[in-house]
Parts: sequence; C-alpha cells; structure tokens
Amino acid sequence: MELQGKTWKFGSDVDTDAIIPARYLNTSDPAELARHCMEDADPAFPDKVKPGDMIIAGKNFGCGSSREHAPIAIKAAGVSCVIAKTFARIFYRNAFNIGLPIFEAPEAAEDIKEGDELTVDASSGVIINKTTGKTYQATPVPPFMQQIIAAGGLINYVSERMKQ
Amino acid sequence: MPMTITEKILAAHAGKEQVTPGELINARVDFVLANDITAPVAIKEFEKIGVKDVFDRERITLVPDHFTPNKDIKSAEQAMLLKQFSRKHDLVNYFEVGRMGIEHCLLPEQGLVGPGDLIIGADSHTCTYGALGAFSTGVGSTDLAAAMALGETWLKVPETIKFEFAGKLKPWVGGKDLILHAIGDIGVDGALYQAMEFTGEAIENLSMDGRLTMCNMAIEAGGKNGIIAPDEITRAYVEGRCKRPYQFYQSDPDAKYEKIYHYDASLIEPQVAFPHLPENSRPVSEAGNVEIDQVVIGSCTNGRMEDLREAARLLKGKKVHKNVRLIIFPGTQEIYLQAMREGLFEIFVEAGGAVSTPTCGPCLGGHMGILAKGERAIATTNRNFVGRMGDPESEVYLANPAVAATSAILGRIAGPGEVE
Repeated sequence: MELQGKTWKFGSDVDTDAIIPARYLNTSDPAELARHCMEDADPAFPDKVKPGDMIIAGKNFGCGSSREHAPIAIKAAGVSCVIAKTFARIFYRNAFNIGLPIFEAPEAAEDIKEGDELTVDASSGVIINKTTGKTYQATPVPPFMQQIIAAGGLINYVSERMKQ
Repeated sequence: MPMTITEKILAAHAGKEQVTPGELINARVDFVLANDITAPVAIKEFEKIGVKDVFDRERITLVPDHFTPNKDIKSAEQAMLLKQFSRKHDLVNYFEVGRMGIEHCLLPEQGLVGPGDLIIGADSHTCTYGALGAFSTGVGSTDLAAAMALGETWLKVPETIKFEFAGKLKPWVGGKDLILHAIGDIGVDGALYQAMEFTGEAIENLSMDGRLTMCNMAIEAGGKNGIIAPDEITRAYVEGRCKRPYQFYQSDPDAKYEKIYHYDASLIEPQVAFPHLPENSRPVSEAGNVEIDQVVIGSCTNGRMEDLREAARLLKGKKVHKNVRLIIFPGTQEIYLQAMREGLFEIFVEAGGAVSTPTCGPCLGGHMGILAKGERAIATTNRNFVGRMGDPESEVYLANPAVAATSAILGRIAGPGEVE
C-alpha cells in the first residue's frame, strides 16, 4: 500500500495528553476525538489537517497514557501515517492493533520539513520525499506484527485464532 | 542460562525454560484490568471477536475510577457500560463507587495481584504491581479485549536496566524522590521498551507503599515494567491478603543487564519535577520561589496510607496558606476509613484542606481539581505534561507528599525542613 501526503511536523516527547486531552475522554467516538486531535500541541491542527496528511515527530512520540483514543484520534482525523525517530511502546502497540501505519525512521524524521510531500510504501517502509528527492528506509517491522497488519488488526487476528 | 526476574516471569508464563530479550512470546495472563476510559473501547472490540465468554470471570476487573463519581452524562454512560459488561459476564471483581478505589491502589490492597503474576491493564500505570515482584505492564484497549477473550497476550521480552540505590535515605525522602531522581537522570525515554529493575540497600529498606510509588512511575521513563525482587517486606504485605497462590522470583546473580545505574541514595534530596515533563526534576532546595494555587495529595502514585500520614505529620496544627487550595484524595475506601480512624481527616480539614472520595479526577485533568489558565499546582501525581490538570497554560509540579504538604502551608514550593 502506498501512502501519499503533505507533512505536519512536531517535536520530541509528544505525549498522549497533547494528542487527545483527557477532558475529551468522556467519549470514545472517533469523529468526536478527531475534532480535538493534537489540540494541545497545535490548537489549529484539527482544522488544517487534510485526509492523507502525515505527522512527522522526534523521539518518544505518544509517551504517557495507554489511551487508545490517541491513535484513534489521529486515524480518524485522516492522518495516513506517523513517522518519528522513536515511539513510546504502548502507543506503538496500539497503533498496530488499530491499523494506524507508523514508521520509526530517525533520519527521515530529522530531515523532513513541514509541508514536504511524501510517498510511503507501507509494506517495505521506504519513504520518498518528493519535495527534496531524498529516500529513506524505516526500521523493519517484526514478521509477527506484519501478520497482525495482514489480518487487518489484532481483533481480526484473534478472531481467526479463536475459530481454529 | 542466567535470567533476570522479568525474564523468569515471562518464561514461566510462556511455558518456556528460558526467554531472551527481543524474543516475541505468547504469554498466559493472571489478571487483566481496565477503567471507565479504556474499558468502553475494550468492550466494543471484545464484542467484535465473536466469543461468548471471557477467559475467566475471576481474573478480569473493570474499575470505574477516572471520571467517577460520574462527572457528567457522557461519563455516566461510559461507567454504565462497565457495569453492564460486568453483570453480563458475572465478573467477580467489579467495584462500584463506595467500594471502588484508584485501580493501582485497589488491586494490590485487595490481594488481586501478587508476586510472580503476569498482569496487563488498559492503563499505563499498571506497571505499579512490579513492586510486588510481578511482571505488569500497560496496554491499550484492543490488547485488553484480546486478553479478555484468550487469557493470553503477545509480548516482546524486554532488555533489563538495573537501578541500584545504595545507602540510607535522608528524612522525608521516599520512593517518589528516588524515581524522580532516576527519571531526571535518564530522561522520559531513558528506558524505552525496557524493564527497570530497582535494587540496593535503599530499596531493601523501602516500605511497600514506597515501592508501589516507584514502580508506578516506570512508564514515565518509557519503561515496559518496573520491578523489585520480592522479600520479607513483600511477604508481610501479601500474606493473608493475596487471593491466589503466588511465587517469588529473583534475578540470577550473573543475569545480563543492558545497563546498570548506580546511585548513592543518601545524597538524594526530596525532588520536584518542573513543568512539563517528569524528567525536569531537581532537589527542592533548588526550586526557587514558585508560588502555587493548588496542592493535590493522592493518586495511584501517592494516595496510600503512608503518604497521607506523612502529609498529616506536617499539616498537624498548621493552616493551609490563604492563596492555596489543598485537595486530598485517599486511594481506596479502605485507606479512607483507616485515615479517618487515625484522625488524619481532622488534621486536614482543620488545616483548611478538602478531602475527597477516591478518584483519578484531578491527576488527568478530568474533574475535582481542574486548573484555570495561568494557575500552578504542586501534586503527588505522576505526570506534568502540558494541560495535564486543566488549561494548557496551567502548570503542574510533581513531588512527594511531604513537599506537597509543606508547599500548601507556605504557599510556595518548599521542602519539609522549612516547617518542621
């Protein structure tokens, strides 16, 4: 699957409170969560983000809470993928489980500027910056997690296992 | 092959002789939990799997503790989903308001989690139970849903970092200060994807309440779990309390660690983490003149008996500063009752503080202690991210209960030495 989009850049240690503040967690409706996505990091983000856009961030993206509402809000806002230097581990797991593509690519996360146009090959992890012409390779995903993606997320994966 | 305590627990639950860091395993879970924010999503995902029953009705708990007592209609609806699911599946451990507590204070207290267990919870501070010598880690709602159906979860075996705290603690220094000091040293991603094992003389002498505080904040360094080898203090805590059989594991003396940090605990002062990350910690003596509007004592980090006693020792016969709101949140109903019996509430109320029923409310900016724009709080909670306790332009400082109580009296951030 090839993803294409324009980038929005954030710094390091973007926490789950910044991605979706707790004051909105009295609901788990994806559309409602999307309306407040990244609000405490950039109040204008929910209005300016367009379907297919990508988030670029520094180290430890998604640190803090286990709230799955964080990747759900990002996905529901139309963001096609997140590229960061590193991800916090619970966020990393949650993103795979709900089918939000994420890529650990330190060099790409450092180089890519806000507004650059990218294409990302979700299966190979090859990132092409169409604005600069540079190509990057994201850290490969373990085969087991590729199986989860291939099954369409953890619930489908478990559902198939329960039938066996 | 020698193994760390974390590796031994994971191996035992994966049915293997040994495991090595980096390996992906399927592990049996002993207990799973979720709360009124994470359970509604987990229940929805569970229902998509298409199974009729949960894996074990005695090993799942849904604790409505975040927005409860229900703060508005939407939260009431979320909490109701927990109640309905618990009734439908006849879950043994459902805790209604009045019997409920902050999950990570409640579960160890009720003997639902114990040494050698493997526990996952849809709450990042599930790592708290490492204090009992268990492997416990936070996951999201979908992982929790899968575990409710299967009774197992997949895990990557983490590398272990050892934190050795030599020496004896200074007065008014506790688990909170040790963990804030370590996070200040290694940073909020200093233990990313890794196990944090706490050892040394200071840990051996640390109370169970102090150990729970330390392991609670492993996630604030990015850690997968925090863990302390069980000993006589652990035995005294779990005996007669744990509802299931438990097992003590120890790291082998020649176990392989990714890294070892050595600290002289006798040199560590009470710490304060400045906004907006737990890693911005410094000794309270270097805090400078920081005036405050609110003090929060409680949460899954520092809402236990020892914490309330410590705050009461300082607040006894004193008054809360005229510019300050002091709010105290006991972790559970049992702690609430004990504090009441010991006369601690009288001390708090006479000092001019408010005492609340257990809730996670203020810690995550949910309810019961929200900050307005420009307001500043010092809290015994675990996070000081932007907007954590309210307006994105408010500030949260983290500290132990003694520093929080002293600050309440003086109206500015200060160490206990100033009022003792």
